[in-house]
Amino acid sequence: MLTLSGVAKRYPTGDRALTDIDLTLPNGQVMALIGPSGAGKSTLIRCVNRLVEPTQGSILLEDTELTKLSGHKLRHARRSMGMIFQEYALVDRLSVMENVLSGQLGYVGFWRSFLRRYPQEAVVEAFRLLERVGLTHAIDKRADALSGGQRQRVGISRALLQSPKLLLVDEPTASLDPKTSRQIMRLIRELCAERDLAAIINIHDVALAKQFADRIVGLRAGEIVFDGDPSELTSEILTTIYGEEDWDTTPEPMDDEVSDDPRDTASYGAAPAMAVGGGQ
Amino acid sequence: MPVSTSPLGQPIWRRRTTRAQWLQYLAWLAGGSLFLLCWKLISDNTMWVFVEDAGRQGADLISRMTPPEWGYANVLWKPMWDTLNIATLGTALGIIMAFPVAFLAARNTTPHPLIRSAALVVIVSSRSINSLIWAMLLVTILGPGVLAGIIAIALRSIGFVGKLLYEAIEEIHPTPVEAISATGASRMQVMNYGVLPQVMPAFAGISVYRWDINIRESTVLGLVGAGGIGLQLNASINSLAWDQVSVIFVMIFATVLVSEGISARVRHAII
Repeated sequence: MLTLSGVAKRYPTGDRALTDIDLTLPNGQVMALIGPSGAGKSTLIRCVNRLVEPTQGSILLEDTELTKLSGHKLRHARRSMGMIFQEYALVDRLSVMENVLSGQLGYVGFWRSFLRRYPQEAVVEAFRLLERVGLTHAIDKRADALSGGQRQRVGISRALLQSPKLLLVDEPTASLDPKTSRQIMRLIRELCAERDLAAIINIHDVALAKQFADRIVGLRAGEIVFDGDPSELTSEILTTIYGEEDWDTTPEPMDDEVSDDPRDTASYGAAPAMAVGGGQ
Repeated sequence: MPVSTSPLGQPIWRRRTTRAQWLQYLAWLAGGSLFLLCWKLISDNTMWVFVEDAGRQGADLISRMTPPEWGYANVLWKPMWDTLNIATLGTALGIIMAFPVAFLAARNTTPHPLIRSAALVVIVSSRSINSLIWAMLLVTILGPGVLAGIIAIALRSIGFVGKLLYEAIEEIHPTPVEAISATGASRMQVMNYGVLPQVMPAFAGISVYRWDINIRESTVLGLVGAGGIGLQLNASINSLAWDQVSVIFVMIFATVLVSEGISARVRHAII
Protein backbone atom coordinates (compact mmCIF):
# COMPACT_ATOMS: atom_id res chain seq x y z
CA MET A 1 0.00 0.00 0.00
CA LEU A 2 2.96 2.30 0.63
CA THR A 3 5.84 2.34 -1.82
CA LEU A 4 8.95 4.45 -1.47
CA SER A 5 11.29 4.49 -4.43
CA GLY A 6 14.58 6.32 -4.61
CA VAL A 7 13.68 8.61 -1.75
CA ALA A 8 16.49 10.90 -0.63
CA LYS A 9 16.66 13.83 1.73
CA ARG A 10 19.44 16.35 1.99
CA TYR A 11 18.98 19.13 4.56
CA PRO A 12 19.86 22.70 3.56
CA THR A 13 22.88 22.42 5.86
CA GLY A 14 24.24 19.78 3.46
CA ASP A 15 23.61 16.82 5.78
CA ARG A 16 22.49 13.77 3.87
CA ALA A 17 19.75 12.22 6.01
CA LEU A 18 18.50 9.63 3.52
CA THR A 19 20.01 8.20 0.36
CA ASP A 20 18.04 6.23 -2.18
CA ILE A 21 15.50 4.47 0.01
CA ASP A 22 13.38 1.76 -1.65
CA LEU A 23 10.74 0.25 0.56
CA THR A 24 7.35 -1.39 0.09
CA LEU A 25 4.87 -1.83 2.89
CA PRO A 26 2.01 -4.25 2.22
CA ASN A 27 -1.47 -3.85 3.71
CA GLY A 28 -1.73 -4.57 7.42
CA GLN A 29 1.99 -5.05 8.01
CA VAL A 30 3.61 -3.70 11.15
CA MET A 31 7.18 -2.76 10.32
CA ALA A 32 9.77 -1.69 12.86
CA LEU A 33 12.44 0.72 11.73
CA ILE A 34 15.58 0.41 13.84
CA GLY A 35 18.93 2.12 13.69
CA PRO A 36 21.23 4.39 15.68
CA SER A 37 20.31 7.99 16.52
CA GLY A 38 20.77 10.18 13.47
CA ALA A 39 20.35 7.29 11.02
CA GLY A 40 17.37 9.05 9.43
CA LYS A 41 14.48 7.10 10.97
CA SER A 42 12.49 10.20 11.94
CA THR A 43 13.29 11.86 8.62
CA LEU A 44 12.02 8.81 6.77
CA ILE A 45 8.58 8.73 8.38
CA ARG A 46 8.30 12.53 8.21
CA CYS A 47 8.99 12.36 4.49
CA VAL A 48 5.97 10.11 4.11
CA ASN A 49 3.49 12.63 5.54
CA ARG A 50 5.57 15.52 4.25
CA LEU A 51 6.38 17.16 7.57
CA VAL A 52 9.81 16.97 5.94
CA GLU A 53 10.10 17.50 2.19
CA PRO A 54 12.03 14.71 0.46
CA THR A 55 14.56 16.09 -2.02
CA GLN A 56 14.04 13.29 -4.55
CA GLY A 57 12.24 10.04 -5.18
CA SER A 58 8.59 9.13 -5.16
CA ILE A 59 6.25 7.99 -2.39
CA LEU A 60 3.05 6.23 -3.37
CA LEU A 61 0.24 5.71 -0.86
CA GLU A 62 -2.12 3.35 -2.67
CA ASP A 63 -2.51 5.32 -5.92
CA THR A 64 -1.59 8.77 -4.66
CA GLU A 65 1.82 10.24 -5.36
CA LEU A 66 2.49 12.06 -2.09
CA THR A 67 5.59 14.04 -3.06
CA LYS A 68 3.75 16.18 -5.63
CA LEU A 69 0.80 17.19 -3.44
CA SER A 70 0.22 20.63 -2.05
CA GLY A 71 -2.45 22.65 -0.27
CA HIS A 72 -5.84 21.02 -0.06
CA LYS A 73 -4.73 17.73 -1.64
CA LEU A 74 -1.87 17.35 0.83
CA ARG A 75 -4.26 17.92 3.75
CA HIS A 76 -6.54 15.33 2.25
CA ALA A 77 -3.73 12.77 1.98
CA ARG A 78 -2.50 13.48 5.50
CA ARG A 79 -5.87 12.46 6.92
CA SER A 80 -5.18 8.87 5.95
CA MET A 81 -1.82 8.80 7.76
CA GLY A 82 -2.04 8.91 11.54
CA MET A 83 1.12 9.91 13.38
CA ILE A 84 2.18 9.04 16.93
CA PHE A 85 5.05 10.92 18.54
CA GLN A 86 7.86 10.29 20.98
CA GLU A 87 6.98 13.08 23.41
CA TYR A 88 3.27 12.49 22.70
CA ALA A 89 2.98 15.97 21.09
CA LEU A 90 -0.32 16.70 22.81
CA VAL A 91 -1.46 20.27 23.25
CA ASP A 92 -0.99 20.58 27.01
CA ARG A 93 -3.55 23.27 27.70
CA LEU A 94 -6.36 21.52 25.84
CA SER A 95 -8.48 18.80 27.40
CA VAL A 96 -8.08 15.12 26.58
CA MET A 97 -11.27 15.23 24.51
CA GLU A 98 -10.10 18.26 22.52
CA ASN A 99 -6.79 16.57 21.85
CA VAL A 100 -8.50 13.44 20.58
CA LEU A 101 -10.99 15.41 18.48
CA SER A 102 -8.14 17.31 16.85
CA GLY A 103 -7.65 14.10 14.88
CA GLN A 104 -10.77 15.19 12.96
CA LEU A 105 -9.35 18.56 11.92
CA GLY A 106 -8.71 17.35 8.39
CA TYR A 107 -12.42 16.59 7.99
CA VAL A 108 -14.15 19.64 9.50
CA GLY A 109 -14.06 23.30 8.54
CA PHE A 110 -12.36 26.04 10.51
CA TRP A 111 -15.41 27.50 12.26
CA ARG A 112 -16.74 24.12 13.32
CA SER A 113 -13.37 23.25 14.85
CA PHE A 114 -13.01 26.75 16.36
CA LEU A 115 -16.40 26.45 18.07
CA ARG A 116 -15.67 22.80 18.96
CA ARG A 117 -18.82 21.70 17.11
CA TYR A 118 -17.67 18.35 15.82
CA PRO A 119 -20.00 16.01 13.92
CA GLN A 120 -21.84 13.67 16.25
CA GLU A 121 -20.31 10.53 14.66
CA ALA A 122 -16.82 11.89 15.36
CA VAL A 123 -17.69 12.53 19.00
CA VAL A 124 -19.15 9.04 19.38
CA GLU A 125 -16.03 7.56 17.79
CA ALA A 126 -13.82 9.62 20.12
CA PHE A 127 -15.69 8.25 23.15
CA ARG A 128 -15.33 4.73 21.78
CA LEU A 129 -11.59 5.16 21.24
CA LEU A 130 -11.03 6.62 24.69
CA GLU A 131 -12.89 3.67 26.16
CA ARG A 132 -10.82 1.28 24.06
CA VAL A 133 -7.54 2.73 25.38
CA GLY A 134 -8.92 2.88 28.93
CA LEU A 135 -9.15 6.63 29.49
CA THR A 136 -12.89 7.18 29.95
CA HIS A 137 -12.29 8.69 33.39
CA ALA A 138 -9.88 11.33 32.05
CA ILE A 139 -11.99 12.90 29.27
CA ASP A 140 -12.28 16.30 30.95
CA LYS A 141 -8.76 16.45 32.34
CA ARG A 142 -6.18 18.71 30.82
CA ALA A 143 -3.62 16.79 28.76
CA ASP A 144 -0.74 17.88 31.01
CA ALA A 145 -2.42 16.32 34.03
CA LEU A 146 -1.85 12.79 32.69
CA SER A 147 1.06 10.42 33.11
CA GLY A 148 3.35 9.44 30.22
CA GLY A 149 1.56 6.22 29.37
CA GLN A 150 -1.85 7.88 29.51
CA ARG A 151 -0.67 10.73 27.31
CA GLN A 152 0.59 8.30 24.71
CA ARG A 153 -2.86 6.64 24.74
CA VAL A 154 -4.40 10.04 24.00
CA GLY A 155 -1.88 10.45 21.15
CA ILE A 156 -2.89 7.05 19.78
CA SER A 157 -6.59 7.91 19.99
CA ARG A 158 -5.97 11.18 18.15
CA ALA A 159 -4.16 9.35 15.36
CA LEU A 160 -6.93 6.76 15.07
CA LEU A 161 -9.72 9.36 14.97
CA GLN A 162 -8.30 10.34 11.58
CA SER A 163 -9.51 6.89 10.36
CA PRO A 164 -6.07 6.34 8.87
CA LYS A 165 -4.91 3.56 6.58
CA LEU A 166 -1.35 3.89 7.77
CA LEU A 167 0.21 4.69 11.14
CA LEU A 168 3.53 6.51 11.33
CA VAL A 169 4.92 5.96 14.80
CA ASP A 170 8.00 7.87 15.92
CA GLU A 171 9.71 6.39 19.01
CA PRO A 172 6.45 5.68 20.86
CA THR A 173 8.17 4.29 23.92
CA ALA A 174 11.33 6.35 24.25
CA SER A 175 9.96 8.38 27.17
CA LEU A 176 8.18 5.51 28.92
CA ASP A 177 9.18 2.94 31.52
CA PRO A 178 9.71 -0.68 30.35
CA LYS A 179 6.31 -1.94 31.47
CA THR A 180 4.32 0.95 30.02
CA SER A 181 6.42 0.66 26.84
CA ARG A 182 5.28 -2.86 26.30
CA GLN A 183 1.66 -2.03 27.06
CA ILE A 184 1.76 0.79 24.53
CA MET A 185 3.42 -1.40 21.89
CA ARG A 186 0.88 -4.14 22.50
CA LEU A 187 -1.95 -1.62 22.17
CA ILE A 188 -0.60 -0.28 18.88
CA ARG A 189 -0.15 -3.84 17.62
CA GLU A 190 -3.71 -4.81 18.57
CA LEU A 191 -5.26 -1.70 17.09
CA CYS A 192 -3.41 -2.34 13.83
CA ALA A 193 -4.81 -5.86 13.77
CA GLU A 194 -8.36 -4.70 14.60
CA ARG A 195 -8.43 -2.04 11.93
CA ASP A 196 -6.16 -3.72 9.42
CA LEU A 197 -3.70 -0.84 9.51
CA ALA A 198 -0.17 -0.84 8.22
CA ALA A 199 2.38 0.82 10.48
CA ILE A 200 5.95 2.03 10.41
CA ILE A 201 7.32 2.15 13.94
CA ASN A 202 10.63 3.86 14.68
CA ILE A 203 12.03 2.26 17.75
CA HIS A 204 15.29 2.18 19.68
CA ASP A 205 14.52 -0.89 21.73
CA VAL A 206 15.55 -3.89 19.62
CA ALA A 207 13.89 -6.36 21.99
CA LEU A 208 10.54 -4.59 21.67
CA ALA A 209 10.93 -4.40 17.90
CA LYS A 210 11.58 -8.13 17.67
CA GLN A 211 8.63 -8.91 19.90
CA PHE A 212 5.98 -6.72 18.32
CA ALA A 213 6.85 -6.27 14.61
CA ASP A 214 6.15 -8.45 11.58
CA ARG A 215 9.18 -7.12 9.81
CA ILE A 216 12.31 -5.24 10.75
CA VAL A 217 14.17 -2.71 8.64
CA GLY A 218 17.58 -1.53 9.79
CA LEU A 219 18.73 1.94 8.83
CA ARG A 220 22.29 3.14 9.07
CA ALA A 221 23.51 6.57 7.92
CA GLY A 222 20.45 7.02 5.74
CA GLU A 223 20.62 3.66 3.98
CA ILE A 224 18.75 0.42 4.47
CA VAL A 225 21.22 -2.21 5.66
CA PHE A 226 18.77 -4.89 6.80
CA ASP A 227 15.26 -5.87 5.78
CA GLY A 228 13.76 -9.09 7.05
CA ASP A 229 11.93 -11.16 9.59
CA PRO A 230 12.51 -10.43 13.32
CA SER A 231 14.00 -13.92 13.73
CA GLU A 232 16.71 -13.15 11.20
CA LEU A 233 18.03 -10.32 13.33
CA THR A 234 21.28 -11.75 14.66
CA SER A 235 24.16 -10.21 16.56
CA GLU A 236 26.13 -9.83 13.33
CA ILE A 237 23.31 -7.88 11.74
CA LEU A 238 22.95 -5.68 14.81
CA THR A 239 26.65 -4.95 14.48
CA THR A 240 26.19 -3.85 10.84
CA ILE A 241 23.33 -1.59 11.92
CA TYR A 242 24.69 -0.11 15.11
CA GLY A 243 28.42 -0.83 15.08
CA GLU A 244 30.56 -3.10 17.24
CA GLU A 245 29.04 -4.07 20.61
CA ASP A 246 28.73 -7.19 22.72
CA TRP A 247 25.04 -7.82 21.94
CA ASP A 248 24.44 -10.86 24.10
CA THR A 249 24.93 -9.01 27.38
CA THR A 250 22.35 -6.34 26.52
CA PRO A 251 19.97 -6.48 29.47
CA GLU A 252 16.42 -7.24 28.43
CA PRO A 253 13.81 -5.87 30.83
CA MET A 254 11.43 -8.75 30.19
CA ASP A 255 11.16 -10.59 33.47
CA ASP A 256 8.24 -8.76 35.14
CA GLU A 257 5.54 -10.07 32.80
CA VAL A 258 5.87 -13.63 31.64
CA SER A 259 2.69 -13.99 29.58
CA ASP A 260 3.65 -11.25 27.14
CA ASP A 261 2.08 -12.41 23.93
CA PRO A 262 1.49 -9.61 21.43
CA ARG A 263 -1.61 -11.28 20.06
CA ASP A 264 -3.13 -12.05 23.45
CA THR A 265 -6.20 -9.85 23.07
CA ALA A 266 -8.17 -11.78 25.69
CA SER A 267 -6.00 -10.54 28.55
CA TYR A 268 -6.35 -6.95 27.35
CA GLY A 269 -9.27 -5.97 29.58
CA ALA A 270 -7.09 -5.74 32.66
CA ALA A 271 -4.21 -3.98 30.95
CA PRO A 272 -5.44 -0.38 30.76
CA ALA A 273 -6.21 -0.24 34.46
CA MET A 274 -2.70 -1.48 35.17
CA ALA A 275 -1.26 1.04 32.75
CA VAL A 276 -2.96 3.81 34.63
CA GLY A 277 -1.23 2.76 37.80
CA GLY A 278 1.98 1.73 36.12
CA GLY A 279 2.44 4.90 34.17
CA GLN A 280 2.19 7.33 37.06
CA MET B 1 46.32 29.07 29.27
CA PRO B 2 47.16 30.50 32.68
CA VAL B 3 48.52 27.21 33.95
CA SER B 4 52.12 27.04 35.17
CA THR B 5 54.18 24.85 37.41
CA SER B 6 55.28 25.84 40.90
CA PRO B 7 58.88 25.18 42.05
CA LEU B 8 57.51 22.17 43.92
CA GLY B 9 56.26 20.67 40.66
CA GLN B 10 52.55 21.23 41.37
CA PRO B 11 50.37 22.74 38.64
CA ILE B 12 49.18 26.29 39.36
CA TRP B 13 45.97 27.63 37.90
CA ARG B 14 45.02 31.31 37.67
CA ARG B 15 41.82 32.78 36.29
CA ARG B 16 43.66 35.03 33.83
CA THR B 17 47.08 35.23 32.32
CA THR B 18 49.28 38.10 33.56
CA ARG B 19 48.72 39.91 30.29
CA ALA B 20 44.93 39.57 30.47
CA GLN B 21 45.03 40.76 34.09
CA TRP B 22 46.93 43.95 33.20
CA LEU B 23 44.62 44.60 30.23
CA GLN B 24 41.70 44.38 32.60
CA TYR B 25 43.21 46.90 35.04
CA LEU B 26 43.82 49.19 32.08
CA ALA B 27 40.21 48.88 30.95
CA TRP B 28 38.97 49.84 34.44
CA LEU B 29 41.34 52.83 34.44
CA ALA B 30 40.07 53.99 31.03
CA GLY B 31 36.43 53.58 32.10
CA GLY B 32 37.00 55.48 35.36
CA SER B 33 38.77 58.34 33.55
CA LEU B 34 35.95 58.67 31.03
CA PHE B 35 33.41 58.89 33.87
CA LEU B 36 35.38 61.65 35.64
CA LEU B 37 35.84 63.56 32.39
CA CYS B 38 32.08 63.52 31.72
CA TRP B 39 31.44 64.58 35.32
CA LYS B 40 33.69 67.62 34.83
CA LEU B 41 32.01 68.57 31.55
CA ILE B 42 28.55 68.50 33.12
CA SER B 43 29.77 70.38 36.16
CA ASP B 44 31.26 73.17 33.98
CA ASN B 45 27.96 73.61 32.15
CA THR B 46 25.82 73.73 35.30
CA MET B 47 24.87 77.08 36.75
CA TRP B 48 25.75 76.35 40.33
CA VAL B 49 24.00 79.46 41.68
CA PHE B 50 20.69 77.81 40.90
CA VAL B 51 21.70 74.50 42.36
CA GLU B 52 23.02 76.04 45.56
CA ASP B 53 19.58 77.18 46.68
CA ALA B 54 17.91 73.91 45.55
CA GLY B 55 17.14 73.00 49.15
CA ARG B 56 15.41 76.31 49.79
CA GLN B 57 13.48 76.14 46.50
CA GLY B 58 12.40 72.56 47.21
CA ALA B 59 11.23 73.44 50.70
CA ASP B 60 9.37 76.42 49.26
CA LEU B 61 7.61 74.22 46.68
CA ILE B 62 6.61 71.73 49.35
CA SER B 63 5.27 74.48 51.56
CA ARG B 64 3.15 75.74 48.68
CA MET B 65 1.91 72.23 47.93
CA THR B 66 0.81 71.62 51.50
CA PRO B 67 -1.80 71.43 52.75
CA PRO B 68 -3.40 69.95 49.59
CA GLU B 69 -6.64 71.65 48.63
CA TRP B 70 -8.77 68.53 49.16
CA GLY B 71 -11.94 70.20 47.96
CA TYR B 72 -10.44 70.29 44.48
CA ALA B 73 -10.75 66.50 44.29
CA ASN B 74 -14.46 66.91 43.44
CA VAL B 75 -13.49 68.47 40.12
CA LEU B 76 -11.11 65.58 39.42
CA TRP B 77 -13.40 62.55 39.44
CA LYS B 78 -14.55 63.08 35.87
CA PRO B 79 -11.03 63.57 34.36
CA MET B 80 -9.77 60.59 36.37
CA TRP B 81 -12.57 58.48 34.92
CA ASP B 82 -11.58 59.72 31.45
CA THR B 83 -7.99 58.70 32.16
CA LEU B 84 -9.06 55.17 33.12
CA ASN B 85 -11.18 54.95 29.98
CA ILE B 86 -8.34 56.15 27.78
CA ALA B 87 -6.05 53.49 29.25
CA THR B 88 -8.56 50.63 29.10
CA LEU B 89 -10.08 51.33 25.69
CA GLY B 90 -6.66 52.19 24.26
CA THR B 91 -5.23 48.91 25.55
CA ALA B 92 -8.16 46.93 24.15
CA LEU B 93 -7.82 48.57 20.76
CA GLY B 94 -4.06 48.06 20.77
CA ILE B 95 -4.38 44.37 21.65
CA ILE B 96 -6.91 43.77 18.89
CA MET B 97 -4.49 45.24 16.36
CA ALA B 98 -1.35 43.69 17.87
CA PHE B 99 -2.72 40.13 17.86
CA PRO B 100 -2.68 39.52 14.10
CA VAL B 101 0.50 41.56 13.70
CA ALA B 102 2.30 39.26 16.16
CA PHE B 103 1.28 36.16 14.21
CA LEU B 104 2.52 37.76 10.99
CA ALA B 105 5.79 38.75 12.67
CA ALA B 106 6.67 35.44 14.32
CA ARG B 107 9.11 33.40 12.26
CA ASN B 108 7.19 30.16 12.71
CA THR B 109 3.70 31.47 11.85
CA THR B 110 4.32 34.14 9.22
CA PRO B 111 2.97 33.32 5.75
CA HIS B 112 5.93 34.94 3.99
CA PRO B 113 9.28 36.54 4.97
CA LEU B 114 8.27 39.79 3.25
CA ILE B 115 5.07 39.99 5.30
CA ARG B 116 7.18 39.30 8.36
CA SER B 117 9.40 42.29 7.58
CA ALA B 118 6.34 44.51 7.10
CA ALA B 119 4.91 43.36 10.44
CA LEU B 120 8.24 44.02 12.15
CA VAL B 121 8.29 47.55 10.69
CA VAL B 122 4.82 48.14 12.17
CA ILE B 123 6.01 46.93 15.56
CA VAL B 124 9.22 48.94 15.54
CA SER B 125 7.59 52.17 14.40
CA SER B 126 4.91 51.83 17.06
CA ARG B 127 7.53 51.18 19.73
CA SER B 128 9.93 53.92 18.70
CA ILE B 129 7.40 56.71 19.30
CA ASN B 130 6.35 57.48 22.87
CA SER B 131 2.62 57.72 23.64
CA LEU B 132 3.05 61.40 24.51
CA ILE B 133 4.41 62.07 21.02
CA TRP B 134 1.67 59.96 19.41
CA ALA B 135 -0.82 62.05 21.41
CA MET B 136 0.74 65.31 20.23
CA LEU B 137 0.47 64.19 16.60
CA LEU B 138 -3.09 62.98 17.05
CA VAL B 139 -4.25 66.13 18.85
CA THR B 140 -3.04 68.06 15.81
CA ILE B 141 -4.96 65.73 13.49
CA LEU B 142 -8.10 64.90 15.50
CA GLY B 143 -8.26 67.92 17.76
CA PRO B 144 -7.97 67.78 21.55
CA GLY B 145 -9.97 65.26 23.53
CA VAL B 146 -10.25 61.73 24.81
CA LEU B 147 -10.33 60.11 21.35
CA ALA B 148 -6.82 61.30 20.54
CA GLY B 149 -5.65 59.85 23.86
CA ILE B 150 -7.28 56.47 23.23
CA ILE B 151 -5.73 56.16 19.78
CA ALA B 152 -2.33 57.32 21.05
CA ILE B 153 -2.35 54.63 23.73
CA ALA B 154 -3.53 52.02 21.21
CA LEU B 155 -0.82 52.86 18.70
CA ARG B 156 1.91 52.66 21.32
CA SER B 157 0.52 49.38 22.67
CA ILE B 158 0.63 47.62 19.29
CA GLY B 159 4.41 47.57 19.35
CA PHE B 160 4.74 46.48 22.96
CA VAL B 161 2.13 43.71 22.87
CA GLY B 162 3.11 42.71 19.33
CA LYS B 163 6.78 42.33 20.16
CA LEU B 164 6.33 40.36 23.37
CA LEU B 165 3.63 38.18 21.81
CA TYR B 166 5.62 37.32 18.69
CA GLU B 167 8.57 36.38 20.88
CA ALA B 168 6.25 34.10 22.86
CA ILE B 169 4.97 32.56 19.61
CA GLU B 170 8.52 31.86 18.46
CA GLU B 171 9.24 30.04 21.72
CA ILE B 172 6.39 27.52 21.59
CA HIS B 173 7.00 23.78 21.41
CA PRO B 174 7.12 22.78 17.75
CA THR B 175 5.98 19.17 18.21
CA PRO B 176 2.28 19.81 19.02
CA VAL B 177 2.19 22.07 15.94
CA GLU B 178 3.72 19.25 13.90
CA ALA B 179 1.18 16.82 15.29
CA ILE B 180 -1.76 19.06 14.42
CA SER B 181 -0.41 19.61 10.89
CA ALA B 182 -0.03 15.85 10.51
CA THR B 183 -3.79 15.35 11.05
CA GLY B 184 -4.44 17.26 7.81
CA ALA B 185 -5.51 20.46 9.58
CA SER B 186 -5.57 23.72 7.63
CA ARG B 187 -3.26 26.62 8.43
CA MET B 188 -5.87 28.42 10.51
CA GLN B 189 -6.74 25.22 12.38
CA VAL B 190 -3.06 24.68 13.18
CA MET B 191 -2.95 28.22 14.64
CA ASN B 192 -6.12 27.61 16.62
CA TYR B 193 -5.18 24.20 18.03
CA GLY B 194 -1.39 24.06 17.96
CA VAL B 195 -0.21 27.63 18.56
CA LEU B 196 -2.96 29.55 20.36
CA PRO B 197 -3.30 27.35 23.48
CA GLN B 198 0.45 27.53 23.94
CA VAL B 199 0.66 31.35 23.85
CA MET B 200 -2.59 32.11 25.72
CA PRO B 201 -0.99 32.55 29.19
CA ALA B 202 1.73 34.81 27.78
CA PHE B 203 -0.85 36.79 25.84
CA ALA B 204 -3.06 37.38 28.88
CA GLY B 205 -0.07 38.32 31.03
CA ILE B 206 1.31 40.77 28.44
CA SER B 207 -2.09 42.42 27.97
CA VAL B 208 -2.67 43.03 31.65
CA TYR B 209 0.89 44.29 32.06
CA ARG B 210 0.39 46.76 29.20
CA TRP B 211 -2.92 47.96 30.71
CA ASP B 212 -1.06 48.64 33.92
CA ILE B 213 1.59 50.68 32.07
CA ASN B 214 -1.10 52.50 30.08
CA ILE B 215 -2.85 53.73 33.25
CA ARG B 216 0.38 55.48 34.18
CA GLU B 217 1.01 56.80 30.67
CA SER B 218 -2.51 58.11 30.20
CA THR B 219 -2.18 60.37 33.26
CA VAL B 220 0.26 62.61 31.37
CA LEU B 221 -1.46 62.60 27.96
CA GLY B 222 -3.53 65.63 29.04
CA LEU B 223 -0.35 67.70 29.10
CA VAL B 224 -0.60 67.85 25.30
CA GLY B 225 -4.38 68.13 25.27
CA ALA B 226 -5.35 64.49 24.79
CA GLY B 227 -7.86 64.40 27.66
CA GLY B 228 -7.80 62.94 31.13
CA ILE B 229 -6.36 64.16 34.37
CA GLY B 230 -3.26 65.53 32.64
CA LEU B 231 -5.35 68.47 31.40
CA GLN B 232 -6.09 69.45 35.01
CA LEU B 233 -2.45 68.93 35.94
CA ASN B 234 -1.33 71.21 33.16
CA ALA B 235 -3.87 73.90 34.11
CA SER B 236 -2.93 73.79 37.79
CA ILE B 237 0.81 73.98 37.09
CA ASN B 238 0.31 76.90 34.70
CA SER B 239 -1.70 78.83 37.27
CA LEU B 240 0.90 77.96 39.97
CA ALA B 241 -1.85 76.34 42.07
CA TRP B 242 0.55 73.93 43.74
CA ASP B 243 -1.93 72.88 46.41
CA GLN B 244 -4.13 71.54 43.59
CA VAL B 245 -1.16 69.83 41.93
CA SER B 246 -0.49 67.87 45.11
CA VAL B 247 -4.11 66.62 45.14
CA ILE B 248 -3.65 65.42 41.56
CA PHE B 249 -0.41 63.64 42.50
CA VAL B 250 -2.09 61.86 45.40
CA MET B 251 -4.93 60.81 43.11
CA ILE B 252 -2.63 59.47 40.39
CA PHE B 253 -0.60 57.63 43.00
CA ALA B 254 -3.71 55.97 44.42
CA THR B 255 -4.97 54.96 40.98
CA VAL B 256 -1.66 53.46 39.91
CA LEU B 257 -1.46 51.60 43.20
CA VAL B 258 -4.90 50.08 42.66
CA SER B 259 -4.22 49.18 39.01
CA GLU B 260 -0.94 47.56 39.96
CA GLY B 261 -2.75 45.47 42.56
CA ILE B 262 -5.43 44.43 40.08
CA SER B 263 -2.96 43.49 37.35
CA ALA B 264 -0.80 41.50 39.75
CA ARG B 265 -3.88 39.60 40.91
CA VAL B 266 -5.16 38.96 37.39
CA ARG B 267 -1.77 37.78 36.15
CA HIS B 268 -1.49 35.47 39.10
CA ALA B 269 -4.92 34.03 38.36
CA ILE B 270 -4.15 33.39 34.67
CA ILE B 271 -0.65 31.96 34.80
